[in-house]
Amino acid sequence: MRNEFCWSLLAAASDEKVVFLTGDLGFKALEPLQAAMGKRFINAGIAEQNMVSVAAGLARSGLRPWIYSIAPFVYARPFEQIRNDLAMHDLPAVLVGNGGGYGYGVMGGTHHALEDYGALLTLRNMHVFVPTFGKDVPAVVEKLEKFEHPAYLRLGASEEPMGFKVPEYAPWRRLTEGGGAVLLAVGTVAGPIVAMALELPERHRPNLWVVAELPILELPDEFISDVRSSGTLLVVEEHMVTGGVGQMIARELLLRGESPARFAHVAADGYASGRYGSQKFHRMECGMDPASIRSRLAEWRMIEHGNIAA
Amino acid sequence: MRASQHDPDIDMLGQNLLVAKRRLLRMHFEAGVGHIGGNLSALDILFCLHHHVMGDADRFVLSKGHSAGALYVTLWSLGLISEDDLCTFHKDDTLLSGHPPARGIPGVEFATGSLGHGLGLAAGLALAKKIKGEEGRVYCLTSDGEWNEGSSWESLIFAAHQQLDNLTFIVDANGLQGFGTTAEVADLEPLSDKFRAFGLETNVIDGHDLKSIVEVAARPVTGGPRAIVARTVKGSGVSFMENRVEWHYLPVTQAQYEAALCDLDRRHDCGEVNSCETNFAGRS
Repeated sequence: MRNEFCWSLLAAASDEKVVFLTGDLGFKALEPLQAAMGKRFINAGIAEQNMVSVAAGLARSGLRPWIYSIAPFVYARPFEQIRNDLAMHDLPAVLVGNGGGYGYGVMGGTHHALEDYGALLTLRNMHVFVPTFGKDVPAVVEKLEKFEHPAYLRLGASEEPMGFKVPEYAPWRRLTEGGGAVLLAVGTVAGPIVAMALELPERHRPNLWVVAELPILELPDEFISDVRSSGTLLVVEEHMVTGGVGQMIARELLLRGESPARFAHVAADGYASGRYGSQKFHRMECGMDPASIRSRLAEWRMIEHGNIAA
Repeated sequence: MRASQHDPDIDMLGQNLLVAKRRLLRMHFEAGVGHIGGNLSALDILFCLHHHVMGDADRFVLSKGHSAGALYVTLWSLGLISEDDLCTFHKDDTLLSGHPPARGIPGVEFATGSLGHGLGLAAGLALAKKIKGEEGRVYCLTSDGEWNEGSSWESLIFAAHQQLDNLTFIVDANGLQGFGTTAEVADLEPLSDKFRAFGLETNVIDGHDLKSIVEVAARPVTGGPRAIVARTVKGSGVSFMENRVEWHYLPVTQAQYEAALCDLDRRHDCGEVNSCETNFAGRS
């Protein structure tokens, strides 16, 4: 998604108000942006706390700062600057975190972002965008260009299944339809699950939804209707349980009097074995790879025996 | 204000400052809150900047948010905060919280109070002026204890590297911090040498000498930001509060309030307040 992001922002950067700040990252990716933006492309050095405060000063002056780094360095290191300088003043600045979830794989835990949107969404005025596919990025960037609040954009490595036509970007989308369980996924982890879902016969195929904008401000009627008719909801996200979409959606459903008979939350769980590997390795360890999700659906008897809840 | 100097503007500033100091003491007495020491050390600087240095195109960030009272009184003296609002300081349903709020007060750009944020915010304002080709300068007042914060140094590196010559920051160097003197806690002196080592044009002034504050702060700088280390006295102007850590915290009693006003008036009348010789005896 990083390249899609670079090219999308390049289109936006002709606006003299756009300022790009990087925490000394972007080698072999952001050079086109650097060349096009001139003095409005600022390498703020390896000093993320200052970078966020500077961005707040720029935004307070009517400019539109984008603040880029590897995800944990842009939301965890400068958390107080995000809280006090950006969120308290409701300033329109975009934090861009590359490598959401286990995106940095075997680079290790310091480079993973497992509590990014949960932590940030505790802050008033903060909004989060988690594109599912690279193709979503231009629409998200376009939205963020005019966004009037602080925001966090979680980027990752897009996994678009072969032959799958990505539907036009929207905060909520149903990617697959069928007579099976309801799945709600967040971010790029949805990609491999789409492929698994498409392999299942239609009567067992899950209704796979993705949500890309947080906090949850709206809940589509079709989503509620899917949950109600199947009596199931399985939430999959590359994020810790606490502060995750699993908790958010449970609250939203309960507030609306909806309580699916079967509810499960497959979330990131740190480093259970204490061993490190690729993003795929960590997803498997957390049970969010397609095979594990498929097993979960079988446990719910939503595959072999059809949709028993229907 | 030195007794020997007779600059009418500065004399008038000294008169207005006496009114402001009395008002600041009343504010803290009525609200029953502490932080009066650091407010008194900062008030002369804030007053000089806002009344005699800054123009319409200039902007100010109070990095040492615990001197909010002194900033409020300064903005009150400019007519930007009403007497009614000032009377609500530190009480329920006030706009004027103990540290500057995020919105609602003209002249307060940012909510501050957690230390080590202001210089970065000010650098952002200064950089925005550069990008937009705007006139004007940005001023920032930090404390000295605040330089314990790593983020302050991040901002210093950034401001110097970006050559923000429209940025001036002033350190209210009163030598006292939360739980001891700055020398005892994490000695950074001489701070001025450290700023110079980063390539900054750096001045050390008496932070209660109104004439030098105005002259040095208004001076243009080329090539990068200007640092001013203003040697100040915590609790300045009230003899029994001067240089005492407890006045970082203590509220003012009725008796202390009355004694403080008398002392302030007496020292002003005999030309002691804001006098370099009085406040800086024995300090280099």
